[in-house]
Amino acid sequence: MWSGRQGRLRPVGCVVEELRCRRREREAALRKARREQQLVSKRLLRDDVLEEVEGGCVAKILGEAEIQQFLRLAQRGTEEKERERALVSLRRGLQHPETQQTFIWLEGSIRTLVGLLTSSQALLQLEAARCLHELSHSEQSAVAEACLPATSYLLTYLSGHSSDFIELCLYTLGNLIVESEAVRRQLLPQGIVPALAACIQSPHLTVLEALGYALSQLLQAKEAPEMIIPSVLGSTLPQHILRLLQPGPKLNLGVAVEFAWCLHYIICSQVNNALLIYHGGLSTLGLLLLDVAGAVQRTEDAGLELLACPVLRCLSNLLTEAAVEVGGGPNQLEDERVVAALFILLQFFLQKQPSLLPEGLWLLNNLTANSSSFCTSLLSMDLIEPLLQLLPVSNVVLTVLCNVAEKGPAYCQHLWPGPLLPCLMGTLASSDTEVVGQSLELLQLLFLYRPEAVEAFLQQSGLQVLEQHQEEAQLQDRVRALQKTALHR
Amino acid sequence: MQLPPALRSRLVGAPGAAEPLPVQRDPAAGAPPFHFAARRVRFPRDHEFFEDGDVQRHLYLQDVLTQVTEAPERPRRAFPSVHLLDTHILEWHDSLFQILSERQDMYQCLVEGCTEKFKTGKDRKDHLVRRHLYPADFRFDKPKKSRGSATPVATVQVLAEALGDDGEQSGGDAMEVCSEHAAPLPERVGERRTYSHRIPSTICFGQGASRGFKSTKKRKEHR
Repeated sequence: MWSGRQGRLRPVGCVVEELRCRRREREAALRKARREQQLVSKRLLRDDVLEEVEGGCVAKILGEAEIQQFLRLAQRGTEEKERERALVSLRRGLQHPETQQTFIWLEGSIRTLVGLLTSSQALLQLEAARCLHELSHSEQSAVAEACLPATSYLLTYLSGHSSDFIELCLYTLGNLIVESEAVRRQLLPQGIVPALAACIQSPHLTVLEALGYALSQLLQAKEAPEMIIPSVLGSTLPQHILRLLQPGPKLNLGVAVEFAWCLHYIICSQVNNALLIYHGGLSTLGLLLLDVAGAVQRTEDAGLELLACPVLRCLSNLLTEAAVEVGGGPNQLEDERVVAALFILLQFFLQKQPSLLPEGLWLLNNLTANSSSFCTSLLSMDLIEPLLQLLPVSNVVLTVLCNVAEKGPAYCQHLWPGPLLPCLMGTLASSDTEVVGQSLELLQLLFLYRPEAVEAFLQQSGLQVLEQHQEEAQLQDRVRALQKTALHR
Repeated sequence: MQLPPALRSRLVGAPGAAEPLPVQRDPAAGAPPFHFAARRVRFPRDHEFFEDGDVQRHLYLQDVLTQVTEAPERPRRAFPSVHLLDTHILEWHDSLFQILSERQDMYQCLVEGCTEKFKTGKDRKDHLVRRHLYPADFRFDKPKKSRGSATPVATVQVLAEALGDDGEQSGGDAMEVCSEHAAPLPERVGERRTYSHRIPSTICFGQGASRGFKSTKKRKEHR
């Protein structure tokens, strides 16, 4: 994970409350963007040491003449140091949107910058790349798109030798990728997928995290399912992604987060998930889930949900694939530790990230729906009671309980006697029709497979509770059926 | 939420599962007016179910990424591309290449994964522009200019820059000429090679040189 993500660049003098407020605003903006299918974010890579060295003094906005001067010096200065300084000054100025605008409209500016990017001097190359990176991060489309002439070079440099430079190129590409479909339409024929497939073999964690980011941007594109994912799946990328998600001492959180999201975008696009299962995706993700649950127990790290979320999604969606139905072997997930891990994560979410509880419960549903094995695990590991504690959170709890109950008498034997019935009395009294409806379904199964529970139900004033709903259109048929069953026991 | 104490030890235990209880369904289960059926659920990309998690993901992305750099040790080499390097070595420094290229298409496409080959550098360039949308002035090769007597260059480094198309034609689009090193490049111990006079003295090969570059960035507390 990056350093200082939370603290380093806080503007001086900002009150904590103001920051919280800003975060809420950002969150609201992101939600709105997502609903409009415009959810796009870019990353900005800045060098800590450079910030310290240059920082304190705020970079000023550069005018046309200054930009031209810096470019001239950078291009034709006699001393290397002088050329480099000029580019550094330009780069600092480019942190301002105004400078960026002036820059891109200046004739020959981009061409000069690209020329410096491909120069023979590494320092100039690096600074030129940093300039491009600032531009790529712009919210103004015109500014980001001005970087297009550089993309073929950026791709070429992905197979270079400097991990820092490659990292910079990748973040720049990642920013450009989200800019527009037009950009991606250029990058794809320029060979971005093979370039990434080659680059993913790098041993450098910084490169890998940057690559994961760039790839996730590519996979998130609207046209990805038709235009991008097929070629990604046709490359060696899937195997490498799964390799990088293997749990163990070498697993790096920052890298794993990026590639887990990549996998999520691939899987939820439903292009060819059988291929991922074939490459051991289920097993890898299951083991990764165990790892995350273990990590959650060890630390107070709030960043783990960033990894947990995509892993849960991937598993849940993969489980719906037909390839999984074929019993046995590596295509199946049969390890009950996955259920243990999931509950540990649910507890973690309850404390740290309640918005992820529905996603966790979704996985629990998909694990238990068609699996006698996992339903048995829930019972044998005493997880019914913890599950009941989540009833207020989501109706999926009731669905999962139904998944267990519908397997028959052997299962319902473990559901009653127990805390289930009293809880059901609670949910049956709800004013929410959905909740009551699900509860009625569960009750039917319980009555069917565990008739002894009926008596207990009656003793707990079950009939009166049922009566409350006998006029409700969506519920009345089921209510009457249950009343009949209860009375004719 | 209270979890059974045995759960944590189960997590670190051996893989496996208890023998599943026997399944025995009654046809009345889930029969009308009831309708429950156990089924797995899938959510597609844009489903609103994913909204919360997606928003969290993007909040994470939007925070500025910083790196910790040690005392910046400046690299003195360019950043060559391995692919270009291989291609370049083959094309410039293999006399056999010259002979073969007269008989078959030897100019390989520069894009990783593309297996097209061409008879001339110009044809290759046209392909790059048409098929891979490279800019018309993308620079790859320096034209072959004879530089007089052979200069034994010990360290060589590919420059990912170019002038013109290939050795056969000059001109074309206006391009900048990058300033070339006037001074000869330093020799690297243990890597002595001699090359033919067709190689401009400013072209170098990168393997040894690039090893000189150290990654100076160090992460703080990589979790």
